[in-house]
This record gives sequence, structure tokens and C-alpha cells, in this order.
Amino acid sequence: MLEYAAPSTVEEAVRILAGASGVAKVLSGGTDLLVQLRSGRARLDLIVDTKKIPGISGIRRQDGGFVIGAATPGAVIGECEALRQAWPGVVEAANLIGSTQVQGRASLAGNLCNASPAADSVPALIAARATCVVVGANGRRQVPAESIVIGPGRTSLGPDEFIIEFHLPSRPPRSADAYLRFIPRTEMDIAVVGAGVSVTLDGRGVCTDARVVLGAVAPTAVVVAEAASALIGRPLDTTALAGLDQAARRACKPIDDKRGTIAYRTKVAGVMARRAATIAFERAGER
Amino acid sequence: MSKHHVSTVINGEPTEFLCEPQLTLLDVLRDQIQLTGSKEGCSSGDCGACSVTVDGRLVCSCLMLAVEADGHAIETIEGMARGHDLHPLQRKFLEHAALQCGFCTPGLLVAAKALLDRNPTPTETAARYWLAGNLCRCTGYDKVIRAVLDAAAELRGA
Repeated sequence: MLEYAAPSTVEEAVRILAGASGVAKVLSGGTDLLVQLRSGRARLDLIVDTKKIPGISGIRRQDGGFVIGAATPGAVIGECEALRQAWPGVVEAANLIGSTQVQGRASLAGNLCNASPAADSVPALIAARATCVVVGANGRRQVPAESIVIGPGRTSLGPDEFIIEFHLPSRPPRSADAYLRFIPRTEMDIAVVGAGVSVTLDGRGVCTDARVVLGAVAPTAVVVAEAASALIGRPLDTTALAGLDQAARRACKPIDDKRGTIAYRTKVAGVMARRAATIAFERAGER
Repeated sequence: MSKHHVSTVINGEPTEFLCEPQLTLLDVLRDQIQLTGSKEGCSSGDCGACSVTVDGRLVCSCLMLAVEADGHAIETIEGMARGHDLHPLQRKFLEHAALQCGFCTPGLLVAAKALLDRNPTPTETAARYWLAGNLCRCTGYDKVIRAVLDAAAELRGA
């Protein structure tokens, strides 16, 4: 029999999760969890709805960066002008999840903890060096976004743990990010390949810092350090783009399925990385 | 199984109900409150036939537990017309023949109203993207989009 709890504090939520006897799941927007529940894929004894915890939804400035509540809906993220200015790639990635209706509920914590290899917001969050504040019976810890997902449908969070907020760092001048995904249609589909790129340029347009992260080409999102190295120390010239393309393709360990063969996904990963980098450089150059 | 007591406002009317935790808002709207305008198409958030707004925000009522509605204001298709006076969107859907079987229509109307409430001057592209989560398998989308843009123009003129 399914039970439902909507605690109004972190402490209460942790206590309920830690004391759960059966399978408990944390609920944010529910756009993945409810589908799993209805289809019978998830057999649950307890749902702990986090949305009544103060601060878990909403966006605020902190230390020059941003704090995004774990359960903040995508639509709210898209409406935050300051966030769009500072982190356009994170916002465009979050806003690619599902339809307008899904955007009314879907959250970053849900997209991350559902642990789909193709989750759109995840490569962008990792490229942005986002960190997650995780709470649990042992207190609070802050971890990089890339440490959460350990495999398809699996996370590093303990049964008593959940994410309450994401932190995005402050941006040096001439920094910008971008996220692109490839799908066979224009809307409402799951990424065949996703690419998140974040860069910082100097006054001459030379890249001084870069992060390149691919989605949907491996069991988890992949940080491609070699691809970042190909960008750093140069303007975005043909050498940088060729090195980026090659490094991105090398990092792929994709599945073969009806939406894309291994060869196709691998080739497209190089293309998406180049295009996302081009957008990120353009945005950074305008600042 | 424990039932939860839920207090909401539905189409402006304070409404309370008891529900089991696994029921969706759509289940309760249709089976308990007898508001059967919202349709169950896919039950997985893909088709938009169950679209409602929660505190003004467009959502799929199949992707929300009924207990989550506690303390929130819900608007459904039943709240759109004022008595016998159809909302301009409803009239324009009729004028443009923007429906055949009608199963997707309540969701399309609720979604289109949510669009016009926040953007009175949508471009055709903006309207098409906004409504991408509302699937129609008989009329096609051109007549729907024409009806929405025509309704937007009328609402701006009014």
C-alpha cells in the first residue's frame, strides 16, 4: 500500500526517509516518477513530497552566483532573466525537458536523480560546475553534480538522502555556456546526443577555461577533459574545433538503438560539441 | 490505506475531497468530482489531453498526484466558459473547425488559454512550440493554430 508524506522541514523529511520500511522515493515535480508509478515500473511503499520544504523551489543570488531550489519547475527557471543572462546553457537545457505542461512541474533534481543517460539538464549542469547540496541523516554535504549519477537509473545518494538545492558559481567576465541536443524532430523527444559547453575567454578571444560534457553517449554524462584541452589556449579556430570533435567522438560509448546507431551517435557527438562550443564562444565574446 | 484530506479551489469554488495517495489529480477530477472535461489520453504526460492549470501554471493532471493539489488553485476546461458564453478561444475553435473527434480539444483550449494569459501577442512559431505537448490525431494542427491566433487578435481588440 502506497503512503504519501509531505514534510515541511528538511529534518522531518530525512527522518521519514531514514525510517521508511519499504521502498521510498523522493518526489519533486513527479514528471518521471508518476509515469514509473503508473506503468508499474516503480513499486513504491512511500512517496516523500519535498515541495512543502521552504526554499526548495525558487531561485536566489548568492556570492555572485545562483542557488536554484531542487524542485524549482523548468518554467520558473526559464522566466528568471538574471539566470538566463548568466547561465544561458543551463537554462536552455532545463527548458528542453518535455512540453510546456512538463515544464510546469519538472525540476533539476528530478532530471538528475531520475538518472537517465539522456537527461538534458545534466550535461549543462556539469559543464557549469554546478554543485548539489545533499541532506541526509548524517547532515548536509555539497558535492559536484557529476558525482550523483552512477549508472542508468542509479544514484550515489543514500536512501535517507535527497538534494535540496543546486549552486551555480559566479562568472568571470567573458564567460558563457551553451547546450545543444540532437533529436530527430523539433520538440518533445529524448536526446540522441546532448552537448554542454562552458567557456571563459580573455580580451583577445582566447579560451582560458572550458568544460565539455556529453549526454546520451554513455551510461552517464561524460566530462570530456581532452575536449576542454583542445579549446583552452586558442581562439575557436579550425584546429580547436577539429581537436574538440575528435576528443568528443573518442569519449563516446553509446548504445545502438532505433534512435541512433553507435557510429551515428559518435559522429553526431562531435558535431554537437562543435556547434555548442561555437554558440558558447559567441555568447562569451559578446560580454 | 490511509486517505488524505485535500483542500483546493477548483474553477473558483473551494473544493475538498478525500483521496488515496496513488490517485492522480486527473483521476479525482474525473471520477470523484465529475469534472470529465479533462481527458485521459496517454497517462504519461505525452498527449496533453488532461491539461489543467495549477496556480496559473499549465500542467498535465495525469502527472500530478491528487494530494499534491492541497492548498492550490486548479482551473479546468469546465471553468472556461461563463455560463452559456463561450470563451473567445472556444468560439474560434468552432469557427475554424479546429476539432473533429474533440478528445484533445479541452486540453488544447486550456493550454491555449494559458499561453494567451501570459503572452497576448504570440507569433505562430511561439504558439506551435507552446502547444507541442498537445497531440491531435485527426484535425491536424493548422486549424488549431489559426483559431488560437484569431482568438488572440480578438482578445487584444476587446
